[in-house]
Amino acid sequence: MDKKIYGLLAEFDTPTQLVEAAQKVREAGFTRTDAFSPFPIHEMDRALGIKRSILPYLVFAGGVAGLLTGLALQYYVHVIDYPIIVGGRPFLSLPSFIPPMFELTILFASFAAVFGMLLLNGLPQPYHPVFNVPRFALATREKFFLLIETVDPKFNYDETRSFMQSLNAQEVFDVDE
Amino acid sequence: MQEVKDSKVVQRELFPPMIKGDHSFATVTDKISDKTLKRKTPLGWFVGFGIGFILLQVFMLTITYLVFAGIGIFGTNQPVGWAFPIINFVWWIGIGHAGTLISAILLLLNQKWRTSINRFAEAMTLFAVACAGMYPLFHTGRPWLAFWMFPYPNTMGMWPQFRSPLIWDVFAVSTYATVSLLFWYIGLIPDLATLRDRAKNKFFRIIYGLLSWGWRGSARHWHRYEIAYLLLAGLSTPLVLSVHSIVSFDFSVSQVPGWHATIFPPYFVAGAVFAGFAMVLILCIPLRVWYNMKDLITDRHLVLMGKVMLATGLIVCYGYAMEAFFGWYSANEFEMFMIKNRIWTGPYWWSYWLLILCNGISIQFLWFKRFRESAFWLFIISLVVSVGMWLERFVIIVTSLNRDFLPSSWGMYSPTIWDWSMFLGTIGLFVTLIFLFVRFLPVISIFEVRTLLPQANVHGHSEDFEENILESEGATERA
Repeated sequence: MDKKIYGLLAEFDTPTQLVEAAQKVREAGFTRTDAFSPFPIHEMDRALGIKRSILPYLVFAGGVAGLLTGLALQYYVHVIDYPIIVGGRPFLSLPSFIPPMFELTILFASFAAVFGMLLLNGLPQPYHPVFNVPRFALATREKFFLLIETVDPKFNYDETRSFMQSLNAQEVFDVDE
Repeated sequence: MQEVKDSKVVQRELFPPMIKGDHSFATVTDKISDKTLKRKTPLGWFVGFGIGFILLQVFMLTITYLVFAGIGIFGTNQPVGWAFPIINFVWWIGIGHAGTLISAILLLLNQKWRTSINRFAEAMTLFAVACAGMYPLFHTGRPWLAFWMFPYPNTMGMWPQFRSPLIWDVFAVSTYATVSLLFWYIGLIPDLATLRDRAKNKFFRIIYGLLSWGWRGSARHWHRYEIAYLLLAGLSTPLVLSVHSIVSFDFSVSQVPGWHATIFPPYFVAGAVFAGFAMVLILCIPLRVWYNMKDLITDRHLVLMGKVMLATGLIVCYGYAMEAFFGWYSANEFEMFMIKNRIWTGPYWWSYWLLILCNGISIQFLWFKRFRESAFWLFIISLVVSVGMWLERFVIIVTSLNRDFLPSSWGMYSPTIWDWSMFLGTIGLFVTLIFLFVRFLPVISIFEVRTLLPQANVHGHSEDFEENILESEGATERA
């Protein structure tokens, strides 16, 4: 094994095979693993042991920030910086401040959802070693892949390779660094 | 083995497939992405794009003259100080609402049939909002100062008036445009990755590669992706209801008889969804023929959209009835006069009855299977409904304003050629954008269609089939 590799990638035909393989890989004690599929597979989360993301909390925080921004902005404008009576309403006329507050809540929460998701996923990331495997182009079409990285403490090239082959994989590829 | 087969039969009966034909992951991928990647563009595309592009030039011409001469070129004048620009603004914004309804509300309700139509319905939303935005932008007369509507510290020492529904509108519409764009783009990322991996042309591979942000379908990414997508759907749902409610506040917060009504927000939202579904049908009926996609956008999709149109149309009719009822029930002289004037004594009575014909009578045909199941009739009814919803805004705005409280300030409104050319022009903008979208991006969400195939189910994780279904449904809720 002269060339430096990033990990081993096994190819599967069906989502069921992928989930079963992922489960076995986890049971075998591998931790630096990942699965790739052309669509989300809910069973994958349990099979790979993926922890629930913190994203919902970020979105909630984003929403609260939006609400407070909306309130603070309107309070500053209509109470502090430029108090002027309009329609006989008080300076702090909360009911008419609700629509902008509501819209900013939604806006900030949506930003948190989208950019939080991209940030936590480490995207944009134009290069990743798995793209070096030519067959990996099919991961966005019809094929399912399971990756074990070389940095995994349990990783041993020959043993891991034969283990992955035993999981009903179509083929196992070396992923170049 | 026998048991597995039986459960498949049961599954087919319980959940009839939304995708017709013998498709696999590869064939649905190829079928949808080839429309974009295949070099040969159908002749129909050039015809449609050509028409859109010519009308777009009408738009360019109009706004050039408008900026040069000022908004006096429009027929808008006292007492009808709010005419075509706001009619068309509300019409376009309303059309956009069906896109968000399909992509967000139907997702939350777990309506699988949304999958084949959500992508272009969302695109339709974006383009409709863009067209809508043109009206307030150019009706300001000085579009280069439109940023004055946003609150920012400036040397004039001025702030927007946050107690005004018009400023609420600025916030609602700009938030709506932004969130719709995010929702649409997030949905596109996995499909852009598919296009990147399938493109033969190096230039397009780089473009799609950049746009897909290096998406590789990792299980961890999908996990967060689905959470983000579901949360966006949850956020878009109150958003879409708020947008048209706030648009209706532009009218109902004022004192004008015919506008000052509490029924307005729900009635406007239902009307928006009604008009939007009509537009989705207008777009998808020819699209599925030209692009040979009857297996993905099936007859069942059309029937379901027809039913939504009927339901929302009936809510709108209830709105018309309530408007008339409250005109009488209010026992207010001006309200009663407004209703009479609108329906039979006023100069615009014909527009009211055309509206009832287009929005009230035409949809009654949808009660019958024969019309609901015919793509031709659905298309015709959708066109009629689009005209009807335009008339609704005309009736609300023009008939309410042309008879003011004092007979001395009564007046008539008629649009000028520039009013019409601006309207035609935004239709051109819309058509141009739709055709560009159809040519360069996947019109159907490929990754979501893959999940609809029976092969996408993970078998054997529960002995019992029903438990398996429940389990996967539970997972959808959690994700």
